[in-house]
Amino acid sequence: MTEPEETAPTGLSRRGLLGLVGAGAAGIALGGGAAAAIALNTPNGVGVSTVYPFFGDHQAGITTPAQDRLHFAAYDLSAGTTRDDLIELLQDWTYAAARLTAGQEVTEGGAVDGSPLAPPDDTGEALGLPASGLTITFGFGPTLFTTDDGTDRFGIAAKKPDLLAKLPRFSGDALRPESGGGDLCIQACADDPQVAVHAIRNLSRIAFGRASIRWSQLGFGRTSSTSTAQVTPRNLFGFKDGTANIKAEDPTTVKAQVWVAEGDGPEWMTGGSYLVTRKIRMIIEAWDRTQLQEQENVIGRSKGEGAPLSGGREFTEPEFAATGAAGQELIPADSHVLLAHPTSTGGAQLLRRGYNFVDGNDELGRLDAGLFFISFQRSPEQFIAVQKNLARDALNEYIKHVGSAIFAVPPGATKNGYVGSGLFA
Amino acid sequence: MRNRILAAAAGAGALALALTGCVPNSTAGGAALTVAITDDTCAVSEATTAAGNVTFSITNNGTDVNEFEILADDKLRIVGEKENVTPGQTVSYVAQLGPGTYYTACKFQLIGAPTGVAEFTVTGEASAVSADEQALTDQAVTNYISYIKSQVAELVPQVQAFADAYATGDDDTARSLFASARVSYERIEPTAEAFGDLDPKIDYREVDAVAEGLDWTGFHRIEKDLWPPAEGALNSDGESAFLDWAPSTDEERQAYADGLVTDVQQLSDLVNAKDFTVSLADISNGAIGLLDEVAVGKISGEEDWWSHTDLYDFYANVQGAEVAFGNVKDIAAGKGKEGAALVKDIETEFAALEGLLAQYGSLDSGFADYSTVTEAQRKELSDQVNALAEPLSNLTHTVLGLSE
Repeated sequence: MTEPEETAPTGLSRRGLLGLVGAGAAGIALGGGAAAAIALNTPNGVGVSTVYPFFGDHQAGITTPAQDRLHFAAYDLSAGTTRDDLIELLQDWTYAAARLTAGQEVTEGGAVDGSPLAPPDDTGEALGLPASGLTITFGFGPTLFTTDDGTDRFGIAAKKPDLLAKLPRFSGDALRPESGGGDLCIQACADDPQVAVHAIRNLSRIAFGRASIRWSQLGFGRTSSTSTAQVTPRNLFGFKDGTANIKAEDPTTVKAQVWVAEGDGPEWMTGGSYLVTRKIRMIIEAWDRTQLQEQENVIGRSKGEGAPLSGGREFTEPEFAATGAAGQELIPADSHVLLAHPTSTGGAQLLRRGYNFVDGNDELGRLDAGLFFISFQRSPEQFIAVQKNLARDALNEYIKHVGSAIFAVPPGATKNGYVGSGLFA
Repeated sequence: MRNRILAAAAGAGALALALTGCVPNSTAGGAALTVAITDDTCAVSEATTAAGNVTFSITNNGTDVNEFEILADDKLRIVGEKENVTPGQTVSYVAQLGPGTYYTACKFQLIGAPTGVAEFTVTGEASAVSADEQALTDQAVTNYISYIKSQVAELVPQVQAFADAYATGDDDTARSLFASARVSYERIEPTAEAFGDLDPKIDYREVDAVAEGLDWTGFHRIEKDLWPPAEGALNSDGESAFLDWAPSTDEERQAYADGLVTDVQQLSDLVNAKDFTVSLADISNGAIGLLDEVAVGKISGEEDWWSHTDLYDFYANVQGAEVAFGNVKDIAAGKGKEGAALVKDIETEFAALEGLLAQYGSLDSGFADYSTVTEAQRKELSDQVNALAEPLSNLTHTVLGLSE
């Protein structure tokens, strides 16, 4: 097997272009390279919009201040896809993601500047929209390394991190196999939903013939803040979510809890992280007819301020030993805040980055709504420790986990490289 | 739901009830009625009496301890009872009864199904609902505790028979007893859940037990042996039904049967303990808690994943909710126009839900296999559960939070 040179993607591969425009692509000018793509070039030059660099030590979209919208997609590689095809796909995705996150169209030809006889390279719905803080984050699922029947399709089984494995069964699991797992994933976050959808749509198109979507999820209303500059948002239970989340401004905790360190596992993962997604359906009808007092006892915080029931304001540390006049615990022992707190989980913390979802309604006429939970952690064991601890969570009466997936998120790409290149070195 | 009971119990101390004058003594309807009890009969001297304070002179002519009960017209809710009438003993018991249809019954050895159930009609004018809220509260609590005990008393022998059939490999008999043996349990589920570790041992589904790292025991473990999964079948969490599971050996069967009997006996010991009590909030919250059990677990068919007997549990949960509501509805109805309107709404929606469930069978004749209930029918049931649950969820506020 030939090892490809680590070269900067200078445009979409012919395979990637085939996905876009078919065999007659010869006339399309390829992009000017990743470095050039970084230059901010918002359409009309008027967009007052955040641009996050795509290249760096770590992938963007993790400690980046959580944007308002999400489009997440998990992919399975097509039968017959080779190691070289996989590498080429990652190079194509890197090239396209670098452009898209800079607010550019997916290629230079884009939506309207290509051949009138060819379908446009770019699908066009983001024309006129700024970058909108778009980040695109790539991950590798356990089945990329070894299929369920043990096949090493791409010669990378030996590089699989030991900890990258399907998550164990947890209380409240009602998993639907069709909304979990996946060989690859892309998390696209932006402040404009159309920009996030545009990214997933175009990246999926590039992958046609090599990989296709296994499941995907739209999210709105970030349910966590990942920066102290952000106000704490609310989830669909109406409570503030993520008050005690890991914040980018706390580099010590980020380093200890989020980034894979040298020696943690295979070298190619150093600087990366592990991504867990859990699609959590909320039984909001039952929740909505629950007394306010019980809602607060279930969460362990007040609904208005978000303060712990032991008193204080939102950011006051909860005092789990505090008792009331009658000697009762102010924060119930089965409350969510107590069971999820690092003092209950052996110090494990997660960087949460979830979003609300409402996927229409179910067959019973109830909103198919909930939280698309996303967390990043240095080791999957952190998530497992927290989730195991939540087995007796009072909140479980009102939620079901219907989707589950885990991915290894490689470190960021250099301007001369592509995402995940260390895996193939 | 588990937390409702606990939270409400903690909050019960804050209950401020307006205490007003004494109980207006309505006139008694004349001489005492006599109740002649044997081990399997329960003869009341008259089948009709006038409303007011009704005196019963109860004599136990049988061979062991017995109890006399007055049931509401649902034959479930207890409106009065005299426990522990010993052989040869004659005791006097006074019940305050408004006009309506009741049932009288006895319970030999205080266990099993009621014996000698007979219709009992009370005629005349309703006396004004007692202005003494404390008296109503005490009555509601007393009667609800009696109801819980009577349900557990029915549960114990039913579980014994079911467990015996299963342990001896008489699967046809065990299958025929499974759904009915669960009915009494499902009627009082929030009470059992309040005892912490007991409900997980008796009634946990496989997926919950596995996920919490508990040994999986109880009704549903036995259910899976009796309705073994087909090859390739999935559990409710999407995992293979055969993951970490195999049909029980004879020894395991005996152990699961014994365990269930022991755990149900422990439940019986706990509710019969001297210090067992419930609060008014436990009762009203128990009503909505049972409805939420339906909305979350039964509608989806996850409860009885292998036997598809979900409609029995569904019906029993609804019955339990209605009994709990019935115990506090006089208090709610006394809370001004708002309270009266709420009670009426709840009664209307209960009737509609029961009418809907009746289309699928009854406890006596059996309910349809839930896998044959279509999505459209499930939606209709779900809509009616929601229609009832909305007003029912305001019951506790009305009972505890509104003044008259």
